[in-house]
Amino acid sequence: MSPVTAATPAPAGDLVLRCTNLHRHLGQGEGRVHVLKGVSFEARRGQVDAIVGPSGCGKSTLLYLLGLLDQPDEGQIEINGQRMSNSDDLARTAARGAHIGFVFQFHFLMLEFTALENVLMPMRKLAKLAPGAMEARAHALLGSVGLGEKTRRLATQLSGGEQQRVAIARALANEPAIILADEPTGNLDMKNSAMVFDLLTRLAKDHGQAVVLVTHNPEIAQRCDFTRPMRDGLFV
Amino acid sequence: MSPNLRIAFRFLTAKKRAMMMSLSCTILGVGLFIVTQATTSGFESFFIKTMIGSDGALRIVDRIQDTMRSMGVSGAAGIQVRALEGVKYLEGIDEPRRIIEAVNEFAGVLGVSAVLKGDVQISSSFKLERAQIFGIDLAQHLRVSQLARKIVAGRLEDFGKSPSAALMGRVLADRLQLTVGDSFVINVRGESRRYRVVAIFETGLRDIDRTRLYLDLVEARSLLKKPTGATFIQMNLDDPKRAPALAARMVEMLHHNVEPWQLREVEWLQTFRALRISSAITVTVFTLIAGLAMFNTLAMIVIEKTKDIAILRSMGFERRDITQIFLWQAAIVLAFGAVGGALFGAAVTSAVEHVPLTISTLFKTDHFLVEWNPWHYVEAIATAVVMVMIASLVPARRAARLEPGDIVRGTAQ
Repeated sequence: MSPVTAATPAPAGDLVLRCTNLHRHLGQGEGRVHVLKGVSFEARRGQVDAIVGPSGCGKSTLLYLLGLLDQPDEGQIEINGQRMSNSDDLARTAARGAHIGFVFQFHFLMLEFTALENVLMPMRKLAKLAPGAMEARAHALLGSVGLGEKTRRLATQLSGGEQQRVAIARALANEPAIILADEPTGNLDMKNSAMVFDLLTRLAKDHGQAVVLVTHNPEIAQRCDFTRPMRDGLFV
Repeated sequence: MSPNLRIAFRFLTAKKRAMMMSLSCTILGVGLFIVTQATTSGFESFFIKTMIGSDGALRIVDRIQDTMRSMGVSGAAGIQVRALEGVKYLEGIDEPRRIIEAVNEFAGVLGVSAVLKGDVQISSSFKLERAQIFGIDLAQHLRVSQLARKIVAGRLEDFGKSPSAALMGRVLADRLQLTVGDSFVINVRGESRRYRVVAIFETGLRDIDRTRLYLDLVEARSLLKKPTGATFIQMNLDDPKRAPALAARMVEMLHHNVEPWQLREVEWLQTFRALRISSAITVTVFTLIAGLAMFNTLAMIVIEKTKDIAILRSMGFERRDITQIFLWQAAIVLAFGAVGGALFGAAVTSAVEHVPLTISTLFKTDHFLVEWNPWHYVEAIATAVVMVMIASLVPARRAARLEPGDIVRGTAQ
């Protein structure tokens, strides 16, 4: 891993994420709902996939399953060829830290920390780099999202668009193979939406990462490499 | 600094009010534990020190005699078998010199003194009082008591200069209205002899100061008509806590009844122990409150930080990292609370030590007695650690159990 400007893109087209026949129920008793009804999906390096669909169709649930934040009731998930769906919490956590970067709709920055510290956090946990190299990479990532001047600002001192850009830098911190974004522009105005989407896709493509994003925004969806519409727990 | 410690510290400082509340409770818990232990132990250790300084750590008091009984053997007329029936305690020591020689062979014995004791009546020009004379060899007795340090009037050196010299307890002297240089008469078994007060002592133990009078051992033998023997042999040990073990060995080897100070003063020691336990229970409640405050703070932080927990989990932080982050918070509060509590406890103990308090019944003091014992600090901190860490485990484990998927979906329970 190296500062973002010196990164060497991985070969495009490699399959990094595959899920087959995913089923997921949510709720209990009479409120139990069959949210995902046998979804299969693949993501490749350098490719941006958009999952679109009406609210409640199961797109965010699918994203959390793909990100190993949740476990399917049935079906398989493979990350970099490694089957993860039946693995234990430790293995799934390790895979998240090493291979997956998340961008959430509501930024989800840690508010007591500065922009720099937020970006440093996943690197410190993975501890692959020396402290100096971590700082250099975090500065470079924040520079690449246009926040090079605001690295020492607390998350609370940043605007919504700036927070989301920090979240993108954080998602890229450990050079994950996969970036999963849950409505990354859903909470931003048009100008910031376009900026965030451009950043996300440009940086991911530059570094050969697979981007899977969930969005309601048809303009964003159209600009992705592939659009996968979902309805009632299935791709249509 | 580890990532978990860094996060813990930031979480805590973000909740300043709650953190200050937990910290205050911990400081109070640790501090009050130290103060109460220092004060309750203060009186107890003063009593023990005074009592050992006056009456020694060990006393050989009686001779033990086995009692035998005879049994006839069935079918063998005229044949008797003698069997051990029990033991009998014969008052006093018949051969103190031999016992002293034997006792000096025991490791840890710093001094041995034979004492001849007897009940007498003392009369001055004003009054008649009952008293106990203690016949001592001064040189020997100074090695088993703090008598030299307890002289409040007169000169101890004058004691050996004349057979009529006497050391008198301060309360007894006051009651008889005697001062140094005054003479008085001892009446025993119809005989009267005149003595002179050469020094007045005050041990602080009222029972002793009101009844005790020291005479030279030779003079006491003559007065009490006991040319040999002693009432008891008093010993001083390098480690008074070892007195019971040493007493058991001496009983076995010397065949005399040996009383350690712990047995001799068992009633008072039990009273002090009950007081100490009672105060320990009270102060444990304080540390329990510190634990509850910590539980409250952490539970609040867990509720407020569920989103952060989800972020951390999504970044690869394991469940045990989350547990550690919350336990670190407790540990940080504990560390500051322990230091603050120790300083607070020391400051209050020091202040209490200067509180004027006049006691002249069981022992004599003009101020509050405290004991400066590092173990009180260790015990206070250990109690706080146990209480706070146990209280912190519940919210820490709850935080670790949160499912990141549930949190980001907004369904975390």
